[in-house]
Amino acid sequence: MKELFVILIGAMFIENFVLSKFLGICPFLGVSQKTSTALGMSGAVVFVMTLSSAATYLVNDLLLKPNDLEYLQTIAFILVIAALVQFVEIVLKKLVPPLYKALGIYLPLITTNCAVLGSALINVDPERNYSLLEAIFFGFSAGLGFTIALILFSGIRERLETSDIPESFKGMPIALIAASLVSVAFVGFAGLVIQ
Amino acid sequence: MSIIVPVAVISGLGLFFGIGLAYASKVFEVKADERVEKIKELLPGANCGACGYTGCDGFAEAIVNEGVPSNKCPVSSKEILSAISDVMGLEEGDVSQMVARVICQGTWTNADMKYDYDGIHDCHAANQLAGGMSQCYYGCIGLGSCQHACPFGAIEMVNGLAHIIPEKCKGCGICVAECPKGIIKMVPVLTGYTVLCANHEKGGIAKKNCKVSCIGCMKCQKVCPNDAIMVKEFLAEIDFEKCVNCGKCAEVCPQSTIHDAMHERFPYEPRPKEAKA
Repeated sequence: MKELFVILIGAMFIENFVLSKFLGICPFLGVSQKTSTALGMSGAVVFVMTLSSAATYLVNDLLLKPNDLEYLQTIAFILVIAALVQFVEIVLKKLVPPLYKALGIYLPLITTNCAVLGSALINVDPERNYSLLEAIFFGFSAGLGFTIALILFSGIRERLETSDIPESFKGMPIALIAASLVSVAFVGFAGLVIQ
Repeated sequence: MSIIVPVAVISGLGLFFGIGLAYASKVFEVKADERVEKIKELLPGANCGACGYTGCDGFAEAIVNEGVPSNKCPVSSKEILSAISDVMGLEEGDVSQMVARVICQGTWTNADMKYDYDGIHDCHAANQLAGGMSQCYYGCIGLGSCQHACPFGAIEMVNGLAHIIPEKCKGCGICVAECPKGIIKMVPVLTGYTVLCANHEKGGIAKKNCKVSCIGCMKCQKVCPNDAIMVKEFLAEIDFEKCVNCGKCAEVCPQSTIHDAMHERFPYEPRPKEAKA
């Protein structure tokens, strides 16, 4: 249990995917204008990251490692994740329409999201030496970390909407500045040591 | 030879997933109603969201699956709406187009200021400071939040009052949701005479706050031949279904509050006061 807790805190705060590893910046800036859309996107990311962690771990363990093909991880994982998301979408549409509606357009959007691919690649890092359970949990926690970053930032952007901003900074420039400040704040977690 | 193994592994994976997906799409196939596709083609495809659904696709599905009336789409013309009714096999019914109208005439010259406002140029912000700087609590704040929200450029700000250009308004209703005072109303496109005031104060106070406010004098209610006007809480209200646009109410209105907002051009001329007999 202790290991899992360390993974949870680590993936959520210390190595937050968006704010420390700079993965998944595209949805971070793209769908963070409203908290409601940010929530939808985050839900889809948590869902897909957890599933893809399991799938890519198994592919790596059963197919790539025995054949000494670790250098093919990136390309193989893209294939696995894309196929998995498509498959999940088809199944959800048929079996769980409410969930399909809630995740809606966000599911296909993250087929080739770098945060999802990043979590899969970090999972199979030999230095981490995760078990299958730990890998799945890492994917889940990284998704939660993504959620935190996205919701925090969407809150800030909603406030920015009504703020008095110099003309040349309106829109994306001020959003990037705000993002960098949030990122600097998260660097503070780097000093956190969990024993 | 070592290249064969990685190529085989990756293409094997690809083949496996390809076949798997093809198989899954057959097994888990969801039969789509072909009427949804037809309605999707008829709808404007602007995905403005004014109907309250997630874009035109969501609305098309709601029409077919939940029996939502097609006139919830304010952008579509009457021909499109009746074509949709044909697809659904329904009677054409009274599908009417709506436009937005600002029911206020409180320009900076008509309604005085409570205080000088120097904050963020946004009605919502000003509204938090004692309900805006206009003397009239109900009236237009005039900072143009609706103008910024309008996707069709149909709103202009004239002398501190929002005015919707009827020819440009597509009736999407976005401004209605944006206005913090709720003084933009959706009306049927053929509506002429409208009470251009939202003030519920008693006559004296309303008159003091704004030169063209409704004072609830009931003259219009008495003169209306069709009982289409009701004064509720010191504010006249026209029932558009009963109104025949005869214009008698506008003639008797002592405050020049009622205007034919469809035919008269903005800013509305105050009617000359008749000499007292």
